[in-house]
Amino acid sequence: MTHDFEPQGHVVLDSSDISRALTRLAHEIIERTQGASNLTLMGIPTRGASLATRLGDKISAIQGSPVSVGAIDITMYRDDLRSRPARALLPTTIPPEGIEDRLVILVDDVLFSGRTIRAALDALSEHGRPQLVQLAVLVDRGHRELPIRADYVGKNLPTSRSEKIQVNLVEHDGIDEVRIERES
Amino acid sequence: MTSYVIKDVAILDGKSTDIVVKDGVIAEIGKGLTADQTVDGSGCIALPGLVDLHTHLREPGREDAETVLSGSRAAAMGGFTAVHAMANTNPVADTAGVVEQVWRLGQEAGLVDVRPVGAVTMGLEGTALAELGAMADSAAAVRVFSDDGKCVHDAALMRRALEYVKAFDGVVAQHAQEPRLTEGAQMNEGVISGKLGLAGWPAVAEEAIIARDVLLAHHVGSRLHVCHLSTAGSVEIIRWAKSRGINVTAEVTPHHLYFTDDVVESYDPIFKVNPPLRTKADVEAVRAGLADGTINIVATDHAPHPSEDKDCEWTAAAFGMNGLESALSVVYETMVQTGLMNWAAVADRMSVAPAQIGRVSTQGQPIEVGSPANLVIFDPRASQEVDARKTVSASRNTPYAGRTLPGKVVATFYRGKPTVLNGELNA
Amino acid sequence: MKHLLSAADLSYEDAILVLDTAKQLAAATEQGVGKLPPLRGRTVVNLFYEDSTRTRISFEAAAKRLSADVINFSAKGSSVSKGESLKDTALTLEAMGADAVVIRHNSSGAPHRLANAGWISGGVVNAGDGTHEHPTQALLDAFTLRNHLRNGEGDLKGVNVTIVGDVLHSRVARSNVLLLNTLGAKVRLVAPPTLLPYGVEDWDCEVSYDLDASLEGSDAVMMLRVQRERMNAAYFPNAHEYSNRYGLNVTRMNRLSESAVVMHPGPMNRGMEISADVADSQRSVIVEQVANGVSVRMAVLYLILGGSESM
Ligand SMILES: [Zn+2]
Repeated sequence: MTHDFEPQGHVVLDSSDISRALTRLAHEIIERTQGASNLTLMGIPTRGASLATRLGDKISAIQGSPVSVGAIDITMYRDDLRSRPARALLPTTIPPEGIEDRLVILVDDVLFSGRTIRAALDALSEHGRPQLVQLAVLVDRGHRELPIRADYVGKNLPTSRSEKIQVNLVEHDGIDEVRIERES
Repeated sequence: MTSYVIKDVAILDGKSTDIVVKDGVIAEIGKGLTADQTVDGSGCIALPGLVDLHTHLREPGREDAETVLSGSRAAAMGGFTAVHAMANTNPVADTAGVVEQVWRLGQEAGLVDVRPVGAVTMGLEGTALAELGAMADSAAAVRVFSDDGKCVHDAALMRRALEYVKAFDGVVAQHAQEPRLTEGAQMNEGVISGKLGLAGWPAVAEEAIIARDVLLAHHVGSRLHVCHLSTAGSVEIIRWAKSRGINVTAEVTPHHLYFTDDVVESYDPIFKVNPPLRTKADVEAVRAGLADGTINIVATDHAPHPSEDKDCEWTAAAFGMNGLESALSVVYETMVQTGLMNWAAVADRMSVAPAQIGRVSTQGQPIEVGSPANLVIFDPRASQEVDARKTVSASRNTPYAGRTLPGKVVATFYRGKPTVLNGELNA
Repeated sequence: MKHLLSAADLSYEDAILVLDTAKQLAAATEQGVGKLPPLRGRTVVNLFYEDSTRTRISFEAAAKRLSADVINFSAKGSSVSKGESLKDTALTLEAMGADAVVIRHNSSGAPHRLANAGWISGGVVNAGDGTHEHPTQALLDAFTLRNHLRNGEGDLKGVNVTIVGDVLHSRVARSNVLLLNTLGAKVRLVAPPTLLPYGVEDWDCEVSYDLDASLEGSDAVMMLRVQRERMNAAYFPNAHEYSNRYGLNVTRMNRLSESAVVMHPGPMNRGMEISADVADSQRSVIVEQVANGVSVRMAVLYLILGGSESM
């Protein structure tokens, strides 16, 4: 990847790239979980939750049966809570099936330091004990600070620390795209 | 005795001149005068030494708040040469013994005339007359009687007091506060008290007593003085009474000329005072009343309190504010800078008239050769940020802390001696 | 938020944020999450100068559910009742490392003093001060109203709330008028003239002396506690006359619209301002108010203590 983009950053995944990546993720999940009936997707708000919904739709379309989808807010479990004024809480939605003994796949937009996923694991444990927890992300940009890796990756984007990955989704931003921006 | 010449000072609103003070009197007035020591008065105003008709010196009983000495020092710093020490001490100044004690302490301090005020009723309890005659006949020669802090609310008792003091040309100074209408009251009753949830102190509680008392004074042909009048309605009643020829005088405090009740929104008890700070309309009315003479005098109601009585929650705090050191600057800002009064009027309201009401013959005299040398030299060009930690009073409860007030007392002469020189206490 | 002293401190955005935060916290409780972690290592002191077990327990449950350490400091049996000043108590709490002080005091403005006099550095939450304010009560009332009338979302635009009773001595009424206005509701105060504050005509609300004329069009009726002692000070002749003119009974309740709710901040004087059958009726959301109190207080504590020190 070259770094000679304009200062505003540039698009690395467009709408059709994102759609293809999600479709591939859906197929991988079905394949690796062997069509498990106890699958639950838990998105991390805000964008991870939307991705989980989309992924759930794709999986149920492929296998012809509905998939349990929820959301898990990690705000109160962050290890950097005190670094900023109190953050607004986001919704946690536990599907009616719950997460006890389920095969839970956490879904997020970008995997970076791994701290968000650590927080998500803590948050999840308050709601029950899944049989297995896996992780699916749209983008893995590297620079892990904890021993965490994704089981399903839409796109690996090697980046420098000074860069910023911006995931925009129609549900929140009016457009589907992933941009790389240089931090000012 | 050292003689002093104050050079190039304006007497009230006049042109600049020199004043020589010698042997306790004003010895010479004119150009190019000399004396043992020189005080630069250029740009300054000379006023007759200020007379406060309403001062709480706290001694005996609350020497942690103020003593006759510390209060005398604060008075001198403010340009005063006489103060009237209120009777609500412990023990109450309701006997010749107590008033003579205060009077003697004042003499020992030697910085201002300390004129004790005698209580109207025994123990300020509002039930039986104190020994008014004995206090009048004592060495303290009491002429002003007041239960200040409490209202003489029994109409019959008030009538008798007004009549009785006629025998020695005394005056009853009433703290006008209808007690039932002010039970638990914390601040002026108005929009702000409703919002802050503090029990309201209605204007009518003051006005009803003043109205009653002027009618009583009229009926018995006595002299009445109204303490710290604070509402527009009170001004109207006094104006009406005077138009009817009733022998009533009234005072307003510097803080009622300066503050409105919205400062209470801070819940800072530094602004807790009796009577309470009122509305803008009231402030305008008392200023107008002072300017047109309806209100005769400014009196400080200097009410020192130790910090623990103010550094607390509002309802637990004591009522009262320091006032001696800031009074002249506050009157300058609220009355002179606003164009409502000239310096001659300031001299009248803060020296001449209070001396007359208190029957203090050696005070409030015109600045002329032969008058007792009680003088204050005030520099209107200066200004000072009030620092509570630097008060001369033993207490720090000044509501002006952190505010900048215009003018500064450069020198105070008491019976020819400088109690303040170059803006510093000279004692 | 550094402190919560008055409902007037809350902007529209702040108020919505508190309600939305409370909603998420209530959901967590419903989902069976016992303890949430965000106030781990934080110390919350409940400094109560008035007996109010209900409010203290509500704050205590809220703080504990957020994993805060809680110290209860009640007036009874402590140095407070031995005449220690608020300042000295505050200095003690500061030395103990209190991150926030929840204060209930019989003196209006005591929380303001605690927050602004320089005695302590932590946050201050007003849990009811004298006859001034009780902002968390107003927040829980707004939360309850939003759940019932606005499906738990957004603000209260167009909602008509009638507050009945001793407005003069009510900190609940003051806070509610402020907050409900911020949220777009229309407030009407109903009381005998003696129990309305001087200057109430300048408040952002309607004022009426007539309860019967105020029922129609109300989406919620909030009954305030009226202390029987008030009649000794001639605020009204006697309890019988008061409840006849200003009490909410079944006849009056039946004149309310189908969807209207009945509220009371508690503790109730059954038979005085509210009849027992109204208090226990379907329309009464009084028990719900109590449950919502914990969620709203969690939200306030989280927003004050859940982030960095200051904003
Ligand atoms: Zn007084």
